[in-house]
This record gives sequence, C-alpha cells and structure tokens, in this order.
Amino acid sequence: MRPNRFRLPRFLRNHKAAAGALILLFFLVFAVIGPWIAPYSPDQTGTAIVVGPSSAHWFGTDQLGRDIYSQLLVGTRGVVVVGFLAGAIATVLSMLIGIASGYLPGRGGESLSVLSNVFLVLPALPLLIIITSTQQSNGWVVILVIGLTSWAWNARLMRAQTLSLRRRDYIEAARATGESTSRIIVFEILPNLTALIASGFIGTVVFTVLTEITLAFVGISVSEWNWGTVLYWAQSQDALAQNAWWWFVPAGLAIALLGTGLALLNFGIDEFVNPRLRSSGPARIKTATGRRVRMRIGFTPVTGAPGELVPALAQDPEGETL
Amino acid sequence: MRRLLTRLGFYLFTAWAAITINFLIAHTLPGDPVSALLAKYAGQINSSAIASLTALFGLNKHQSLWGSYLSYWGQLAHGNLGISFTQFPTPVSTLIGQYLPWTLFLVGTATVLSFVIGTGLGVISGWRRGAWTDGLLPAASFLSSIPYFWLGLIAITVFTGPGSWLPGSFSFSQGLTPVWTTSFVGDALQHAILPAATIVVSTMSGWMLSMRNMMVTVTSEDYITVAHAKGLSERRVMLSYAARNALLPNISGFALSLGFIVSGTFLVEIVFNYQGVGLLLLQAIGADDYPLMQGIFLVITLAVLAANFLADLAYLILDPRTRQEG
Repeated sequence: MRPNRFRLPRFLRNHKAAAGALILLFFLVFAVIGPWIAPYSPDQTGTAIVVGPSSAHWFGTDQLGRDIYSQLLVGTRGVVVVGFLAGAIATVLSMLIGIASGYLPGRGGESLSVLSNVFLVLPALPLLIIITSTQQSNGWVVILVIGLTSWAWNARLMRAQTLSLRRRDYIEAARATGESTSRIIVFEILPNLTALIASGFIGTVVFTVLTEITLAFVGISVSEWNWGTVLYWAQSQDALAQNAWWWFVPAGLAIALLGTGLALLNFGIDEFVNPRLRSSGPARIKTATGRRVRMRIGFTPVTGAPGELVPALAQDPEGETL
Repeated sequence: MRRLLTRLGFYLFTAWAAITINFLIAHTLPGDPVSALLAKYAGQINSSAIASLTALFGLNKHQSLWGSYLSYWGQLAHGNLGISFTQFPTPVSTLIGQYLPWTLFLVGTATVLSFVIGTGLGVISGWRRGAWTDGLLPAASFLSSIPYFWLGLIAITVFTGPGSWLPGSFSFSQGLTPVWTTSFVGDALQHAILPAATIVVSTMSGWMLSMRNMMVTVTSEDYITVAHAKGLSERRVMLSYAARNALLPNISGFALSLGFIVSGTFLVEIVFNYQGVGLLLLQAIGADDYPLMQGIFLVITLAVLAANFLADLAYLILDPRTRQEG
C-alpha cells in the first residue's frame, strides 16, 4: 500500500503546468491585496521627482514624485480584471459561434465561419483604438470592446474540432436515438472540447491583457491604473532620455511574467491532452555497446543488452511503473 | 481557380465590411468636429465657410443615413478619405501616402525574416526533440509574451546612446531628404535595424512553437517511417518529407496573423519614433483626429487583405491538393 499522502492533481504534476499555475496564483493574490498593501496612493505626488529605487520607493518615482511600486500594485487588479472578463466574453462568444458554425449544416454554419474569418483578418488594434477613443471610454466599454473583437481565433479552432467530431460514430448514434440537437451539443460535443476551451481561454487572456495594456500605452483610458498606464507615462515623459529604467522595466517584466505563466499553463494543457508533445527524456541514448541511438517516434529502439531490457514503454510518462 | 475566386470574394466582402464599419463609427461620433475645428482656429475661419466645411467632412445631417452612406462610397471611389483635423487642410490620403511606405518596408522585411527564421528553428527543434533546441522553448514562450513596444524600449536603452552606431529613433537622419541615393538608403537601413530586430525577436517564437508542434505531429506519420526505411538521408527526410508538409498550416497561420503583426508594428514605430503609419495614428489619437484615424484603419485593412491574398497564392502553389479541378 502506498502511504496515503497528499498528491497534486495529475495535471499539475506536469512541471510546466505547475509553474504556470504558481505564477498565475501570484498575480491573482496581488490583484486582490494589491491596493491594500500599496505603500502609497498611486496618485499621491511627492517631492522626490524621477529618483531611482530606494527603501522609501522600491521602484523609484515618476515625474510627479508618485511611487511606481504602488502604481504597479494597484494596476495589477485592473490588468487581471479586464483581462479575465474580456477573455471570458471572448471565450463564450467563440464557443457559441465556433460550435454553431461547425455543427449547423449548410448556409448558417458557412456564414458564421465567414464572420469569424472577417474578424480575424481585420487589424484589431486600429479598430479598437477608433472605437474606444470615440466612445466615452470607461472600464466597461474597454472590456466589452476587447471581448467583442478577440473571439475569432478560438472560434476557428472550435469550428474545426466540431467539424471533425460531428461525423463520429457516437454522435451519429446519439442522433439516431433521437437526441435533440441541444442535448447532443451540450452532452456529447462540449465535453470533448473541454481542453480546447480551456487552452483557448488562457490564450485569449494573454491576448486581452496585451491589448488592454497596449490601449493604455497609446493613451486611451489612462485614468484607471494598469501596467500600460505606467508605461504610457514613462514613454510620454521621456523616461528613456532620462535613463529612468526603473520606470518601465518592472512593468514590462510583470507583463512578460504573467504572459509566460499563462503560456506555460497552456503548454501543460497541450501536453496533457497530446502526449506526443511531451519532451521527456534525452533524445540520444547510449547502448550497452557504446553506440549512440537517437530516439525517434515510430521506431522502438532496443537500448540494452538482451538480458537487461528496460524498455521505455514499461513506464508511463508520469513516472509510475505500470 | 475556383478556390482563388472564392478567396477573392471573401476579401471583397471583408473590405466591404471594414468600409461599412468605418462609416457607422463616423456616424456615432460624439460632438461636432466642425465646431471643434472652429474653436481651434478661432477667428481664422470665416463663418460662412462653416457650411462648406460641414459638407466637406460629410457631416451634412439633413441627408438620410443611406444617402450619406452612398456619398461616402462616392468619396472613396475618388480616393478621397476626408481632411485631417490636425494638419488642416491636408487631405488624409496625402498624409497616409507619406507615411505608408515606411511602414510597408518595416513590416514587410521584419515579418518575412521572422517567419523564415522562426520556421527554420521550429523544423529543427521539432525534428530533434530533446536536443538543445528544447531549451529554447521556455525562452520562446517568454519572448512571445513580451509586448513588442516594451522590447523596443529595452532595445533602445541597451543598444543606443552616445557612441553607439545604432540610432534609437526616426526612420532616417533628420536633415536628410528622402531620395534614392546610396547614402540615404544606407542611412534608412541603419535606422531600420533596431525596430526590425525588435519585431523579429518578438514574433519569431510564435512561428517556432507552431512549426515545432506540426513537425512533431508529422514525424509520426507512416510516410516518414517509409522514407527512413527507404534509406533516404536524414536531411532529405527532414526537409522534403516532414517540413514540406508541416509548413502548410504555418502558412495559413501566417496569413491570418498579419493583422496582429501590423498592430504590433504600429507600437514599435511609436517607441522608435519611426515615421510610419503607427506614429501617425498616435498623433491622430492625441488630437482626436477622427478622419485620419479612420483613413489609417481603412488603408491598413486593405493592405492586410492584399497581403493575405498573396499568402493564399503561396499556399496554392505549395499545396497541390488545392489545385485539383472539380
């Protein structure tokens, strides 16, 4: 009997997924507690103007003496909330449109597919900039507009997957037994799209976060703090010419770290679903005679002397002996 | 041929959609641009000119929606994109005409370079899983999640400054006039190195990751095993059998992500003060210059559609299945 100890869920035992989840958790925690633990108000001006990191101001100050560390902490909430809400809107839209266009026969499905291709091809950023700068932009408008313009990529993936599912035997069987279309979609197709939906959601969040930060960086919706706002001030106040690296380096690193965390989580999902993508073990293995053999999919090299065969197949990728 | 016509039809439809969206946005504009312009040029504009300005900006509210939609199309047919508010009275088309070549040059070079390098790395890392190239994966995912403009800021801090050969801003040395001489072209190229490198570095990893995934999938196909069994050289199997087939999805991905890339390039231009459409767009945002913003959106959309069509042609040449008739 194995000792009954705590074990991580199987998905998180993948190192990439675990690292990604940890990074995401880190930012979620700061999104909740950020405004409380910020040492200053992000708008509080001071006398120390554009000074580097010190014990009083960990990440230095900006052109009005405001504390950049506090701006980043407060901004985390804005980034996370807008990113995830817009991501959720986009994911729901992509599910509706993607599955419908994959499952519905004929004209209806085709026209939905054309719609998502149109949204995919249109350059989103200029469109977003025009819409958000002409409307009286508050946070909700930005969330809605980002959500409404970033669903197309996933819808395309879902459509492709639904198309390949709809002629499978078990779907045909469900149809033959007279199940309603909605029941087939919800109980037969949807469960098989779970991984795609999850990884699509994470990918969309990366995109929406970047979009939101970009909009703030070009000067739209600068009233609410997020990491892009910090970069906007750094750019417009010539932080580069003043050598004020502390002004833009931490914000960029935060964006990159959050993005990497989400990407790692996505790799985890991909590898969880498609074991071929796992890169486990070295590609070259030394045989007993000293020859080097390169592992290749499709071949099963025999890598030991006949008596001491330890084929790689006897272990499953999680490291447990079968 | 039939496939080509279908695609052409799709692009025409998309262009129509973009123009219509553009028109509808113009009609939901808050405030009255003409009175804003009058306030800006207080005293300089004759009050009797207001009526002609209103007509000029297409703000004649007496027209029905349908009527103004038709006259909008009429204007577009004459290449008339309206008049810029900020640089009054320069037509938007003239402004865009000045800035567009720089953007096309920058995006074109950088995108093609990053696609070629990224795909090449993807081929190698997908073929030799577990080799040193696997170490590039975390780095690649880190790079692909960095916003372009931030990488640009870092590049400027690190590589430019007094004594550096690389300029950190503008698309050519100030004081030169754009003419086709070797010295000017050399100067322009020197100014393009950093912005282009920024775009290449941040977009390359995406191509690499998707190409790697496709290579891994293709490698387990039977025809690869057969090719090995026939005793073909490693190199030949990798390039002519695996990469040849893995490339196709990457090319359609290339076409689809052009819109994203162009958006990213705009930001790089802003950071580098590069005299392209992105910089023009930033100025337009700062001054609420709606005609200019819309003109940029329209021109960029059409450019992206044209590039998409070229990518489609490439796909058609590479994938024999699409050439089948009937």
